Amino acid sequence: MLAIRCRLPINSSRIVSAAGVITRKEQKRHASLTMETLNPLVKEVEYAVRGPIVIRAGEIEKKLKGSHNFPFDRVIRANIGDCHASGNQVPITYIRQFVAGCTYPELMKSSNFPSDIKSRVERLLSVCGGKSLGAYTESQGIITIREDIAAYIQQRDGYPSDPNNIYLCNGASDGIKTIIKLLMNNNLEKPSGIMIPVPQYPLYSATLSEYGAYQIEYYLDEGNNWALNIDELERALNQSKDRCVPRGMVIINPGNPTGQVLSRDNIENVIRFAHKHQLFIVADEVYQENVHLPGSKFFSFKKTLMDLGAPYNQMEMASFHSASKGWHGECGSRGGYYELINIDKDVRVQVNKLISACLCSTAWGQAVMAAIINPPKEGEPSYELYKQERSAVVNRLREKAELVGRLFNSVEGVQCNPVMGAMYAFPRIELPKKAIEHAKSKNMAPDAFYCFQLLEKTGICVVPGSGFKQSPGTHHFRTTILPPVDQMKDMVEKFRTFHLSFLREWK
Amino acid sequence: MANINPRVIKVEYAVRGPIVIRAGEIEKQIKEGQHNFPFDRVIRANIGDCHASGNQVPVTYIRQFLAGCTYPPLIDSSDFPSDIKQKVQRLLSVCGGKSLGSYTESQGLITVREDIAKYIQERDGYPSNPSDIYLCNGASDGIKTVIKLLMNNDPKKPSGIMIPVPQYPLYSATLSEYGAHQIEYYLDEDNNWALNIDELERALNQSKEHCVPRGIVIINPGNPTGQVLSRENIENIVRFAEKHRLFILADEVYQENTYLPGSKFFSFKKVLMDLGAPYNHMEMASFHSASKGWHGECGSRGGYYELINIDKDVRMQVNKLISASLCSAAWGQAMMGAIINPPKEGELSYELYKKERSDIVSRLKQKADLVSQLFNSVEGVRCNAVMGAMYAFPRIEIPEKAIQHAKSKNMAPDAFYCFQFLEKTGVCVVPGSGFKQKPGTHHLRTTILPPVDQMKVMVEKFRKFHMEFLREWK
Repeated sequence: MLAIRCRLPINSSRIVSAAGVITRKEQKRHASLTMETLNPLVKEVEYAVRGPIVIRAGEIEKKLKGSHNFPFDRVIRANIGDCHASGNQVPITYIRQFVAGCTYPELMKSSNFPSDIKSRVERLLSVCGGKSLGAYTESQGIITIREDIAAYIQQRDGYPSDPNNIYLCNGASDGIKTIIKLLMNNNLEKPSGIMIPVPQYPLYSATLSEYGAYQIEYYLDEGNNWALNIDELERALNQSKDRCVPRGMVIINPGNPTGQVLSRDNIENVIRFAHKHQLFIVADEVYQENVHLPGSKFFSFKKTLMDLGAPYNQMEMASFHSASKGWHGECGSRGGYYELINIDKDVRVQVNKLISACLCSTAWGQAVMAAIINPPKEGEPSYELYKQERSAVVNRLREKAELVGRLFNSVEGVQCNPVMGAMYAFPRIELPKKAIEHAKSKNMAPDAFYCFQLLEKTGICVVPGSGFKQSPGTHHFRTTILPPVDQMKDMVEKFRTFHLSFLREWK
Repeated sequence: MANINPRVIKVEYAVRGPIVIRAGEIEKQIKEGQHNFPFDRVIRANIGDCHASGNQVPVTYIRQFLAGCTYPPLIDSSDFPSDIKQKVQRLLSVCGGKSLGSYTESQGLITVREDIAKYIQERDGYPSNPSDIYLCNGASDGIKTVIKLLMNNDPKKPSGIMIPVPQYPLYSATLSEYGAHQIEYYLDEDNNWALNIDELERALNQSKEHCVPRGIVIINPGNPTGQVLSRENIENIVRFAEKHRLFILADEVYQENTYLPGSKFFSFKKVLMDLGAPYNHMEMASFHSASKGWHGECGSRGGYYELINIDKDVRMQVNKLISASLCSAAWGQAMMGAIINPPKEGELSYELYKKERSDIVSRLKQKADLVSQLFNSVEGVRCNAVMGAMYAFPRIEIPEKAIQHAKSKNMAPDAFYCFQFLEKTGVCVVPGSGFKQKPGTHHLRTTILPPVDQMKVMVEKFRKFHMEFLREWK
């Protein structure tokens, strides 16, 4: 062993190698990527749904495996809209049979393999290179899938839809980022501005931070079931005009985290507003198949646009859908698509060129989307089972949507708007002044402090309202409604106990 | 068009560019019947897609594994191989709700990352940590993420990234999209497309006024150029990057595609580590993919990168950035998991896997050898050896008249040549201008993927076309 005598203090970091001793400081001087040189926009990005509280929940889960002091023996993960992981459901049978058949066609020789699924598989593989899902697809996605999506949209809205306007992407998130990118002007002094709701799904704020765009925040009206007020839209837009070039507007319907399903009237007014200000509409409609309460009905932006007639029916917009939600919940597949409506043909050529550089989205995600958008029809062998599985999932969600909203409203100091759609409850909590001050002293948002306490004391992991932005002075948290019914009831009871003791502790 | 993002307009990607669009139109016309083309099919040699091109069918154990993960009741069948069943169970055990339909951790499923780390460790002899592995939607997705980290968002003196010429056009497309400066370094055609350090120095020096140089991309084995870099060449590049504090992006997606005896793949990471201090502390990223190799599962969008020696605070920022898109395709991750951990000797699925894999590899080797030989036998054509990857990149002499004609039509000369080639023979290749090249030189890139007979037919058609072209334009 070569003994190296070294004059460096014992507690400085050292890297000893055959060539000598280098200090950590010297290493940094040679470094090519540090916090100083990292893309400054990346540093601005935040995404609470997988943020600090979720990281902490992971640490606790690890500790629970061994000896620990927590007053609970499991973490209840109610932070993310993941149906399979949360126990809301198991995969729908025909979907998995379809994808398995596409993956390994040998399987379909078995007499067990349903014939209707077999013909669907053959139809898909017939348009794949080498009849394999392992070939790159067309950049917009496999043609038969785009045809089926166009048929779905046409049936839903009563207006024609062209497969050439359909783009399959790696989950709606990927498509949303692509569309927002088109609207960027790369002007640091007066960047493009995009209107986003508050509260919002934090992909939007994260993407706009990443792109250096200006976030034009419009507040949803909590007192009115999270509706969009046109006065508020005008206010937000006007106040932004000095600082940015407003280019587009995001509407999430049904809402996330807020769970509202917009009325027809509201959608019409939003369209008129967007037309008046020449804004590109980004309609995040991934929860279109999650509508729970009677009296709530999903109206697509496209249908409303078309119904309004000229000049609205010529407006440019994009609508997004996903394999991750609905009654199918195939989050891991990263299936998704967007429809580009009334897009300039030269712009479309540019979009096609842009997406071609990454070749195509995942063929397996495309196959999942194909299965979802074209389920078994009455009379087909797989129909009965599919119908049964689908209604079980839908009824369960309905039951929980109704239950959870009611239970939260029965807790003192908590007010929860009805869960009309999507997969979340977003209760508003009154926090004692002392707790608010304490949180601020720790440089934490008050509801973040609250949620960390909830996690440490009960094992329940939800996402603080500050992660979605909210009206200043209000505090919320978002929980999913996905854990099984008993777990949800248990969760709300634990929450009730915790909340009352929190109020006592901090009054 | 007046208000679309101006950088989007600058993006080009020749591999699916105008000539490929034209090939699609021709295919349609041929299908529809009435046509005047002197051929009855289009030979698509433009894209490195093994299944589509007829190079191979999917490898059996991979698809059994994926089907089992997709629809677990299958694995209980007596037909289902028990070794694959175990692998399926291991993967699903770490998925939420034991389903591939759950979001995974943002970096990707832990067992897949463990297997990848093990693969890297076995390959290089140095430890690899699953926490440094990031599964992504194909290597392309990961490459875009890592390049983004190096951007400074300063339009006056943007970040600069060194890219080879010729290069795989994802790089120029991404740098255009990001508004970054492209520091082009020419590969040395006369020396099997090696990287000359003098040339690297020249390129870097000339760029310093225009940008802040931040990183260097090396594609090894090369695309479109097919070289497999020597150990020495890699060491010199590492020293060069260290001297100029450049982040190394090692695009190593073809690491399992080396053909010629004497061509051996050396990973940048291993070379870095072997060199010792200070090189073994340099930051770099290495990319691998499910799309190439002997498996060719392009559609799965499986891929990963390893971040080596990354600052821990920067790593947290990366994790935060990727979390906003949640995770990459779980089916692509499962695919990568299957590929990186194939059946072992003694296991049930081993014999079939071994046979399938060697068939594919020998076929590729055979074609790599054949294709460059054939091209070199055509007058006025010179093709470097296809040492690795999946392409031949022959250089063609184009008569002056043809060059002028092309310019009058606002086309690159080799683009004009390739369009003629397509219209007259039905063969679709990508013009060298799509990859950039030394000014005054002309090339085309063809894959070596179509079946052997088709490749022979293709090169004969090319020979005939080329001779006629020379006559027509002399």
